[in-house]
Amino acid sequence: MAELKYDKKTGRLMFTKQMKREGYKILMPNMAPIHFRILASVFRSFGYNCELLETTGPEIAQTGLKYVHNDTCYPALLVIGQFINALQSGKYDVHKTALMMTQTGGGCRASNYIHLLRKALKKAGFAFVPVISLSFGMEKNSGFSLTLPLIRRFVGGLVYGDQLMLLSNQTKPYEVNKGETMALVESWSDRISNLLIDGKGYTLEEVDENLHKLTKDFSKIALNRVPKVKVGIVGEIYVKYSRMANNGLEDFLAEQDCEVCLPGLMGFASFKVDNRIEDYKMFGGNRIKYEFCKRLLDYITSLETLMIESAERFNFVPPHKYAHTKELVKGVIGYGSKMGEGWLLTAEMLELAETGYENIVCTQPFGCLPNHINGKGAIRKIKEVKPNANIVTIDYDPGAPKVNQENRIKLMLAVGREELKKKIEEQE
Amino acid sequence: MKVGLDIGSTTIKCVVLDEENKLIYSTYERHLSQITDKIAEILNRVRGKIPGIESAPVALSGSAGMGVAQDCGIDFVQEVYATRVAANTFIPGTDVVIELGGEDAKILFLTNGLEVRMNGTCAGGTGAFIDQMATLLNVPLEEMDGLAAQYEKTYTIASRCGVFAKTDIQPLLNQGARKSDIAESIFKAVVSQTVAGLAQGREIEGQIVYLGGPLTFMSELRRCFDRTLNTKGICPENSLYYVAAGAALCAEQRINYDDVIEKVKNYRGSGNFAFNRPLFESRAEYEAFKARHDKANVSQMELKGYTGSAYIGMDAGSTTVKGVVLNDRGELLHSKYLPSKGNPVEIIKEFLEEIYAVNPDLNVVSSAVTGYGEDIIKNAFDADYGVVETIAHFTAAKYFMPDVEFIIDIGGQDIKCFKIHNGAIDNIFLNEACSSGCGSFLQTFANALGYEIEEFSALGLFAERPVDLGSRCTVFMNSSVKQAQKDGATIEDISAGLSLSVVKNALYKVIRASGPDELGKRIVVQGGTFLNDAVLRAFEMEMGTNVVRPNIAGLMGAYGAALYARRKSGGKGKSKLANAEDLRNFVHEIKVTNCGLCSNNCRLTVNSFGSGRRFIAGNRCERPVTKKAPSSDLNMYAYKLGLINAYKPVEGIRGKLGIPMGLNMYELYPFWYRFFTELKFEVHHSPASDRKLYQRGQQTIPSDTVCFPAKLMHGHVQTLIDNGIENIFYPCLSYNFDERLGDNHYNCPVVAYYPEVIKNNMKDVRKVNFIKEYFGIHRPKDFPKKAYERLSFYFPDLSLNEVRIAAKRAYEEYDAYMTKVRKKGDEIIARAEKEGKKIFVLAGRPYHIDPEINHGIDKLIAGFDVAIVSEDVISPRVNAFTTHVLNQWTYHSRLYAAAKYVTTRKDMELVQLVSFGCGVDAITTDEVREILENESKIYTQIKIDEITNLGAVKIRIRSLLAAIDTD
Repeated sequence: MAELKYDKKTGRLMFTKQMKREGYKILMPNMAPIHFRILASVFRSFGYNCELLETTGPEIAQTGLKYVHNDTCYPALLVIGQFINALQSGKYDVHKTALMMTQTGGGCRASNYIHLLRKALKKAGFAFVPVISLSFGMEKNSGFSLTLPLIRRFVGGLVYGDQLMLLSNQTKPYEVNKGETMALVESWSDRISNLLIDGKGYTLEEVDENLHKLTKDFSKIALNRVPKVKVGIVGEIYVKYSRMANNGLEDFLAEQDCEVCLPGLMGFASFKVDNRIEDYKMFGGNRIKYEFCKRLLDYITSLETLMIESAERFNFVPPHKYAHTKELVKGVIGYGSKMGEGWLLTAEMLELAETGYENIVCTQPFGCLPNHINGKGAIRKIKEVKPNANIVTIDYDPGAPKVNQENRIKLMLAVGREELKKKIEEQE
Repeated sequence: MKVGLDIGSTTIKCVVLDEENKLIYSTYERHLSQITDKIAEILNRVRGKIPGIESAPVALSGSAGMGVAQDCGIDFVQEVYATRVAANTFIPGTDVVIELGGEDAKILFLTNGLEVRMNGTCAGGTGAFIDQMATLLNVPLEEMDGLAAQYEKTYTIASRCGVFAKTDIQPLLNQGARKSDIAESIFKAVVSQTVAGLAQGREIEGQIVYLGGPLTFMSELRRCFDRTLNTKGICPENSLYYVAAGAALCAEQRINYDDVIEKVKNYRGSGNFAFNRPLFESRAEYEAFKARHDKANVSQMELKGYTGSAYIGMDAGSTTVKGVVLNDRGELLHSKYLPSKGNPVEIIKEFLEEIYAVNPDLNVVSSAVTGYGEDIIKNAFDADYGVVETIAHFTAAKYFMPDVEFIIDIGGQDIKCFKIHNGAIDNIFLNEACSSGCGSFLQTFANALGYEIEEFSALGLFAERPVDLGSRCTVFMNSSVKQAQKDGATIEDISAGLSLSVVKNALYKVIRASGPDELGKRIVVQGGTFLNDAVLRAFEMEMGTNVVRPNIAGLMGAYGAALYARRKSGGKGKSKLANAEDLRNFVHEIKVTNCGLCSNNCRLTVNSFGSGRRFIAGNRCERPVTKKAPSSDLNMYAYKLGLINAYKPVEGIRGKLGIPMGLNMYELYPFWYRFFTELKFEVHHSPASDRKLYQRGQQTIPSDTVCFPAKLMHGHVQTLIDNGIENIFYPCLSYNFDERLGDNHYNCPVVAYYPEVIKNNMKDVRKVNFIKEYFGIHRPKDFPKKAYERLSFYFPDLSLNEVRIAAKRAYEEYDAYMTKVRKKGDEIIARAEKEGKKIFVLAGRPYHIDPEINHGIDKLIAGFDVAIVSEDVISPRVNAFTTHVLNQWTYHSRLYAAAKYVTTRKDMELVQLVSFGCGVDAITTDEVREILENESKIYTQIKIDEITNLGAVKIRIRSLLAAIDTD
């Protein structure tokens, strides 16, 4: 066990170089399965002994409720519950374990999760377990730093994760040989992880080449293209992606014979960078930071272009183009609305309605503050702009029964099916 | 022919339609949660009755039938969709359908753009809610309608959900409000909830059809809808069967009856539900548990013929009334535990009559009363003492365990917990609205299934897999039970699960404790709910420690009151409590009136008990009682409100500009007022919030879980528009001023961006120049140029220079305003110090000074002869310090700073006002509590919403005062 060192100013327990050297196990929540698997390998290749938490089950929420204020948002309850549950499981040497959590620093509650986690750790008797903030400079740790090479691989991982999620969602419901899509996701995830571990696959040229190969492989899956109800999922980022949080929403929709589209993480990354640009434009600020963010956004955009091109080349519905998505929301919500998923959430609904995924599940933790504005608060306007949008908002919470959620989704689907039938009849 | 079934949360409906879609068979039955048996029975019956039915297609609808349908091979049709199909078939030309069921409320817009809406999870329980209210009023459901028809006045009842509404009705009943008025108010609440929660800005007009049980059976409820919607809706024949008929219309697939009935009968769900450890592994374990608890005993003595000194304690709780008679050794001579049935006065009268009947010569030395009904009972019967609940319970608990460290009381409606340190109450936890009614929920639920509560809870003792039902609130629990049943949980599992849920709610929501170390080892549990062994066991299991439960757990409030009376009287004298003679002449008259002494215009219930004894309820301040206005000299809230209202419009060449007075405007108004006045606008703010103003905008609120202060903004904007103001300015502000107290200076997402919601949901803003641009007041240097860019779009004749000057004045005005506020605060503190008064820091947000938001809590607290300051007065008195949370919102930074400062002063206490739905306060409350408790200060939180139970607030404040008094 390494010596425990605390930040002089805030008294925060730090993750030290010694801890890294001693191979402290770093536990990470698994928000989006495809992406996070790849990202974990990226961290491992930089000498961090990362492990994704794959645990599920009701005891996780129960543990969360025990150690976190019950009115806190569901993602916090789950993530913290999962961490403490893991520490209590006996599976880890708790004196050689650290936890990693993202922190965006925005004006919503999510920036506080990490502090709530520390409070909970103290309550549960794990005050000696260091917590690493995965953020841009919000908290510093001598044993962990986001270096440029790491960031580039990290972003590369996001690109591949997004593409794999996008393509698999478009092939899986139609595949002739059941299981073929997921097998391909599996093998490509491994390939990409290995590439990134070897320090390869993240330059623009390599990304282009790999995306091409990857997309081509998916285009070879034999499909039976019967018309299906197409459903888009948007929402608070954790609830949107995490199966544990959204009660297996994607599986449920698959059971209901739907094709699903989840806008990817790259859009969110662009959004977060763009916020700083918009802040500068709106309120003024540091010109150098502004220029830096513009470059960064350009870089993300060039990666995005590669994704779009490869998808189009093989006749897939391409991922959303950030600039276009942003354009769509003009007049609906201002670019200053940046907390949580901000205007991007609204924009994604508009974009989904435009690209044929007009049946939309808008997911949010019960009482999610930004979603009052950008989710529930914007739907009336969305329907005005895109009358075909068929949206249902679902609250997730430890006490919200699945049966009520599914019943509401089924209502949305019933309307969606009717529209689909109409469309088919019109075509005939 | 076609067959349709509708499995609702409480009833099953089945119809058979012929080829012309005519109803040839229908049935409507309660299923008492025996869903599968009932489906099988009905299918069997239909098959026997209607020849040829076997070749007819069948479909099933209703959320409670979802799982069964899937697994037993019957087509499932979503119920709202089914309603729509039926309405289109049977009443073509229908524009809107309003359907109320047991659990859910739905509105369908069929014409001009199809829309189907169901209530959100946090607004469930419509029909079930009316059922519960009938129970609460102690009238059969059928009589509710007749009662409502006789109403004279109505009260405002929260329309958020059943739990909240119940919290509002309880005190009304205890105050003596008329049942007919309450019945009508309940209907109005249902209407308001449905219209506001579901229509969300869309107008309900054209041909309207009412469907579902409550609307079919209650004509008064339909009339309430008619009145609110200004229309005349129809309730068609067979209005109960639309879902079932819709399912039949959608039916496409035949079933093999033998096969399906067999499958339905054997349907046990997936068995895949979350569960906990069994409460008891064996009977022996249970017996040992019983034996241990039987030791905490008060002896029962004979009342008849007792000649010694007697002490009477009464506890008029929210749902039950308790009374005890003790002898001088503290032994029980007589006790009574009864539901208050909406009239505690009558119950106490009977209790006293009973005592005098058994022992006419009883020597009552002293008496005391506690609980919600303390004031009314004390007045009605001339009880000697009133004692605040916390003290009563503490007194009683000490009798059983003199060195008690923690007391938890779970009653029917409330959960109360106190931490005891050095023989004094050191911390108090009271539940807020969401946790209320847990105890009585067990009872109601048991009765709904046809069990007595004792019988029902005993079922859970040996359940193998107590199901996890969550702990948010009883509405959610109720839905979780539905889910659990679908998944195959047994009644035993559910019984045990409910007991666990009640305990978890108390522990993790109310107390926020994660282990016994936080409570202390010496725990006394009490309250009627703990008489339930399953609940008691669940508590011991969750906390991993043994506790003491007195055999009189349900009577502890009354018992404590009697002990209190004994102590206070010193065993000498004669009680002035009403004697047998007084009771014979007892009268109780109720008059409802409006106060009219100030702009609050409280709805008063005046109880007269003859010989000039009177009790007034419903008042927010003491004015209708004392006829004197409360002094506002030492009340910062009143001062601030006055300051804001002092800004008067000045005529300007650029025309009128209106600012909605809510949220951050309560602090930024001086800034924007000066800014736009300098730019030669005539600046108006919307009038003071009131109920009417709120209702003006209520229909356009898209999210029912957003905080009340935000919801009020709709009314403010609407009022400005209605008043003919051509420019409305309501800016988006991601950031607030940086007061250098925290890591950042954000506004919360709702304060920052609510203008977007107004713009997107209120169609009338299109009639005016609605300016919701983004501004950066936190950067005074950049502000003029950026503001000029934004504003010149709307006002092209503005010049940058003008804006520069106006901005400079605006910043000055803001500084001047804040200086005034702080100076006044310093004055109040100085005066309180001089006069030796306690200082209460009523800590919240700037908008908490709105009387419609704070419900007069400032006046109520001021009534206890204490000084009131706000958090921003003292927050500059400390330097920035490290908190255990990310300190990133300007308003919240003030809270932490204020808490820190309060810990340095013996004469200051902090009371935090929290608006329901404020997500940010889930973080601040824990941190503020921690800051205070680390320095042994008591933390008090008051959660407020659309309506607030001031009775509960009063108890909280009195408890706090009692606790600090004993220091």
